[in-house]
Amino acid sequence: MDIVTRHFGKITVKDEDIIDFPEGIPGFEDTKKFVLLDNGDKTSPFRWLQGVDNPQLTFVLIDPRYFRPDYVVDVNDADVEILDIKDVGKVLVFAVVVIPEDISKMTANLKAPVLINMENRKGKQVVNENSNYKVRHYIMEELKLIGGQV
Amino acid sequence: MLVLTRKKGQSIMIGEDIEITVVDIQGDQIRLGIEAPKNVAIHRKEVFIEIQEENRKAAEVNPEKLRGILHGQLEIKKVEKTD
Repeated sequence: MDIVTRHFGKITVKDEDIIDFPEGIPGFEDTKKFVLLDNGDKTSPFRWLQGVDNPQLTFVLIDPRYFRPDYVVDVNDADVEILDIKDVGKVLVFAVVVIPEDISKMTANLKAPVLINMENRKGKQVVNENSNYKVRHYIMEELKLIGGQV
Repeated sequence: MLVLTRKKGQSIMIGEDIEITVVDIQGDQIRLGIEAPKNVAIHRKEVFIEIQEENRKAAEVNPEKLRGILHGQLEIKKVEKTD
């Protein structure tokens, strides 16, 4: 299926690559189908979550362990059931990134990570029950703390 | 919206297995006890609103910046346009 996206122009989406978000994403509850895009460099911590049934919608995602190597997600049983998680090794964890005008102030939401179960291609943005995390973590600042760079 | 009046120590049932009890009342603060099956998610509404607002900001990403990150050229310094 071809979709015309807002940022990437026309892209071809294979049915088997579609990820089902049964509840949508908070704030965008009507968009249920997404596809995960990368820039061809699998070592990049960034991915894009592109809406399929709403091609106008794109989120930038980051692997939170890139700047928070000790990041843990404490998921409640309701979410484990919705995602039908049997093997945690098959679950991808991403944080949604907000990119403001000053890009060095970009933030990642560690309070509400996006989980994608690759076994059944189901996804959900969950609330991390671990209270150490906030909706805005400054990626560059935290990277400096661990001596890394983008 | 259904409105019920309850006193301290009294409960309401939602369905058969969710019980909400007024544990304490102090001025305009009420402490609620919630008993529910483990597969029922319970969160403060503010948390959901905060996440929705953050997602709306995340979706407003400037296409130029998005492409910059796409090509792995995340410039921290501002690049002056020279056209």
